[in-house]
Formats: sequence, C-alpha cells, structure tokens
Amino acid sequence: MKEIQEYEKDLASIRSMMERSGKFISLSGMSGILSGLYALAGAGAAYFVMQYPNSPLRYWQDPVGEETTLLKLVLIASLVLIISISTGLWLSHRKAKKSGTKLWNATSRQLFVNLAIPLCTGGLFILVILFTGHFGIAAPASLVFYGLALIQGSANTYDEVRYLGFLEIILGLISAMFPGYGLVFWAVGFGVLHIVYGAIMYNKYDR
Amino acid sequence: MKNPFEHLDRVLEHRVRLQIMSVLIANESYDFNSLKEIVSVTDGSMASHMKALEKEKYISVSKSFIERKPNTRYKITLQGRNVFKRHLDALEYLIKQQKR
Repeated sequence: MKEIQEYEKDLASIRSMMERSGKFISLSGMSGILSGLYALAGAGAAYFVMQYPNSPLRYWQDPVGEETTLLKLVLIASLVLIISISTGLWLSHRKAKKSGTKLWNATSRQLFVNLAIPLCTGGLFILVILFTGHFGIAAPASLVFYGLALIQGSANTYDEVRYLGFLEIILGLISAMFPGYGLVFWAVGFGVLHIVYGAIMYNKYDR
Repeated sequence: MKNPFEHLDRVLEHRVRLQIMSVLIANESYDFNSLKEIVSVTDGSMASHMKALEKEKYISVSKSFIERKPNTRYKITLQGRNVFKRHLDALEYLIKQQKR
C-alpha cells in the first residue's frame, strides 16, 4: 500500500499526462461540410452583389470601389464567419459531450490561442487592405492567413487539418497572381475545400 | 465505496503504467516513440510496461510500416477504460477521505 502523498502524485501525473498529450478530437467533420456550404452561399450572394449578370469567371477590374458594395461584401463575409463558427462550436460541443470530454480544456484553449494569433493578424491586415483600396488581394490574403492558422493549430488536433492548411496557402498564393478572380478562389478555398475535408473527416472519425 | 483499496488496480499502481494509460485515454491512439518521449523512460522499460498492459488486455496494439520504419500504435480497450476509471475514482476517494 502506498502513502497518501503517493496517490496525490499519481493523480497529478494523470492530469499532466492527459493535458500534455492531448489532441483536440472533438472537431466535427459535419461542421466542415456545413461551413463549406455557408461559404458557397456567401460567395453566391457576393456574386450577385458585385458581378451579376457577368460570368463569375470573367475578369473585372476594381468593381468593389463603391462603398455600399464594399459594405455589403463585408456584411456577407462576417455573416458566413459567424454562422460557421457557431455551427462548429455547437457540433464540437455535442461531439465532446458524446465522448465524455469537455469542449473547453487545456488542449482546446491552446488550439484557440494558436488559431487566434494568425487569424487576428490576417483579419487586421485585410481591414488595412480594404481601407487602402487594394481589394484585389483581400481574398488571397484571407486564404493564406487561414491556411497559416490551420497549420499552426494542427499541432493540437487531427493531422488532416495541416494538409487543409497547406492547400489553402497554395490556393491563396495562386489567387494572388489572378487579382480579378478573388471570389472564385475564395469559393473554392472556403467552400469546396471545406466540404471535401469535412466529408473525409466525417467518414474517417464520426461514423 | 466500501473498501476503496479493492478498486485500485495492481497493474496501474506503477506510475509509468498509469501515465501511459492517461495518455491513451485522452487520445484515440498513440505511437510507441511519442509515448516514450512524453512519459520519458528508456526503450526497454517502456517495452516491458507496454507488454504488461497488453497482457492484461488494457490496450490493443497495431503494427505497420511508415517509410519502411516499423510504427507501433496503441489504443485503449474498453476494459482498460473501465479499469482506469475505477482506479481513478478510488484514488480520488482515498484522497478526499484523508483530507477530512
């Protein structure tokens, strides 16, 4: 039989092991699919705001110059972001509950910080871009910063997140070379890639 | 809990094994080398602990090759999960009693 202090040490070591080794596995594949769909809907709305009835694949120059258009676009983007995050949180909460873990623990806190740093930097950077009128690189910048955030965050969650991050960065860089087609690249990066990624994750982990 | 000592698991009395089980309960699976790093023990002692846990059927093992290097992954079994939980409850109970 051990001393009571030994049992206390046992307990402390369990806690530290669980936290140090932890990966956040409450991420839900379904939330990837849904946020992809939201992004596509958002991109569709954005298309009608600025480009309709021209083909979305046609190049156009500086169409966001009007202030109301810009405001509408920012509104659409924020809406997509907020709905995606809420859906993700809700589904992750459900999954965490099902597997008997907590959504907010040492690992998810670390994941949150790791994601927040590149995302906030990117968000501020894009605001600067919009204020200074360089609309063409707003979409590429959002893809690149999002990709960096994913790679940064992947240390604390599934490895697949890392590959998604690389794809977003590559797409963002390509998109930077074609400034007039930002919306199309944005729809591919946040819409299509999320749906594909979500479907893969759903098949692999959630079924 | 009548006699919490009955709920303590003999195999898990060893702290390294307890730590290994803690890592496995918090993750879907874990490979030998990462596990060794996090628990910080030698190869040999790690292998013997894993054998002991495997013998009790607390963990399951899957072996594969990644770029021609052997990769051994461990998962906690349902039995392992139950034993671990009971052990943890007993530990908590013992400490709580002591503090009273």
